[in-house]
Amino acid sequence: MSYTPEQQFQHKIDQEIKIEPKDWMPEKYRQTLIRQISQHAHSEVVGMLPEGNWISRAPSLKRKAILLAKVQDEAGHGLYLYSAAETLGITRDEMYHQLHTGKAKYSSIFNYPTLTWADMGAIGWLVDGAAIMNQVPLCRTSYGPYARAMVRVCKEESFHQRQGFEILLVLSQGTDEQKAMCQDAINRWWWPSVMMFGPADEASPHTQQSMQWKIKRFTNDELRQKFVDICAEQVKTLGMTLPDPDLKWNEEKGHYDFGAINWEEFWQVVAGNGPCNKERLATRQKAWNDGAWVRDAATAHAAKKAAKHLHKVA
Amino acid sequence: MNIYWNQQWPAHIQYALFLADNALILAQQHSKWCGKGPILEQDIALSNIALDYLGQARNFYQLAAEELNQLEGVQFYTEDSLAYHRTDRNFVNLLLTELEQPNWGHCVLKTFLYSSFASLVFQKLMHIQAGELTAIAEKSNKELAYHKRWSQDWVIRLGDGTAESNTIMQQALNQIWPYAGECFIPANFETVFWQNHPSFFHELEKEWMDYLQTIFTEATLQLPAKQAWQTGGKQGIHTEQMGYVLAEMQYLQRTYPNSVW
Ligand SMILES: [Fe+2]
Ligand SMILES: [Fe+2]
Repeated sequence: MSYTPEQQFQHKIDQEIKIEPKDWMPEKYRQTLIRQISQHAHSEVVGMLPEGNWISRAPSLKRKAILLAKVQDEAGHGLYLYSAAETLGITRDEMYHQLHTGKAKYSSIFNYPTLTWADMGAIGWLVDGAAIMNQVPLCRTSYGPYARAMVRVCKEESFHQRQGFEILLVLSQGTDEQKAMCQDAINRWWWPSVMMFGPADEASPHTQQSMQWKIKRFTNDELRQKFVDICAEQVKTLGMTLPDPDLKWNEEKGHYDFGAINWEEFWQVVAGNGPCNKERLATRQKAWNDGAWVRDAATAHAAKKAAKHLHKVA
Repeated sequence: MNIYWNQQWPAHIQYALFLADNALILAQQHSKWCGKGPILEQDIALSNIALDYLGQARNFYQLAAEELNQLEGVQFYTEDSLAYHRTDRNFVNLLLTELEQPNWGHCVLKTFLYSSFASLVFQKLMHIQAGELTAIAEKSNKELAYHKRWSQDWVIRLGDGTAESNTIMQQALNQIWPYAGECFIPANFETVFWQNHPSFFHELEKEWMDYLQTIFTEATLQLPAKQAWQTGGKQGIHTEQMGYVLAEMQYLQRTYPNSVW
């Protein structure tokens, strides 16, 4: 008896055998991955902007070096991920085009403004922290190139998270003004970070299929709960609080209960109406447009060189 | 507490601060491009270069701070007090390093001019007995060789790319070129520092100019006609731009003095 390609494909997935670029795969699997990986890549690149905003104002040379290296790491993550997506038959330029025309999304968290230095700490701790929570399971995702890219990414993300927490720790032990700055940043970044896990499971249409294909291994709400549990403990080390009056340990469940998420805000930001959606996109578009002459020149020069070389050979 | 430049400081300390200021201000200007480069790989490359300069600046500042503390029997010189608690009249970086970088051509050209100049200086430092300065030069020389290689390739690529890129690069070169000469016009502390090598600046100028000419020719770029060089950076007399560079860089340290970050 013979199996259909779909059955063989699902069988591999069930056996935890990685799917590689040349393997047969359902078109929808390919499309889902392109959407997810490119969205992830765009998030890395757009994510450079809010933190890039503070490189020039970092309060010490050491902090400046750490922040610059961090933002540069994010560019590297973008690069790995664009390369992984390219193995699925889409070019980087096509993905950029989707980003610049608003067809492709990126993580909504980067549509919030970075207003004080403490935001660099809060982003490292909460945003990179949430990213790790999302990304560690992706190291075992079923598509080989994506999984391998994530292994490299995750290593660096955990550095970022520790560095962010350390920024906050120093502030939390500083002057009253620094402590206030620290608490304020946590207040502003907490809920957007909780929203980073995406819509609640019952409102997440792709989850079931993605779980079956082992692109995803945990649901949004499972990961979100894990994140809240960890942060609720870590915030105590800072002597700060999370801005949620309903946050409370639930002995019976063995988890923290937490307050209702403002889904209206979530969907507004997704729809492009967050505080910085327009600036972020405009900055990326400008960088792309302003860079056209550089890319054109590089192409032209390479062609000239090749022609000269050919001439010499002939 | 502000730190004021003191011409009585030993020449090698002034020289270390000169190299530190150059590297810091260049890193500061380059890092504003992080996330905005024309090609993701090149965005990473320029950030890398900025990180290298930042690292060099820190090494030189730490050295100067240690020596100044010893000399004056104080504790307040640190890499951060030197970077964050001087006004522009007390910075001695080359004007070249503080110039704005309105397009990628400026990023490439400034890197090209500074790294090719600095690698000649650092190679010379490696051949004399200048203690810690020599040690830092040894550490940094590899980085500079990479910056030089990277920027040289891009000068050629962009100069000899399209008609548009040639125009942009030529305009950038016209704007930046008047600031090149300051590199080989010695300030007092440099004359003292290199006093056992009286021909150093003359040789530097010759070797550097020959190299630049070769690359610009390959890039089909024209050196602007001879004109007076813009100078003053080494005496703390900067462009109007410099005040803004420092205002931005020093903002947190100035707003919240006596804080630990
Ligand atoms: Fe990342
Ligand atoms: Fe990160």
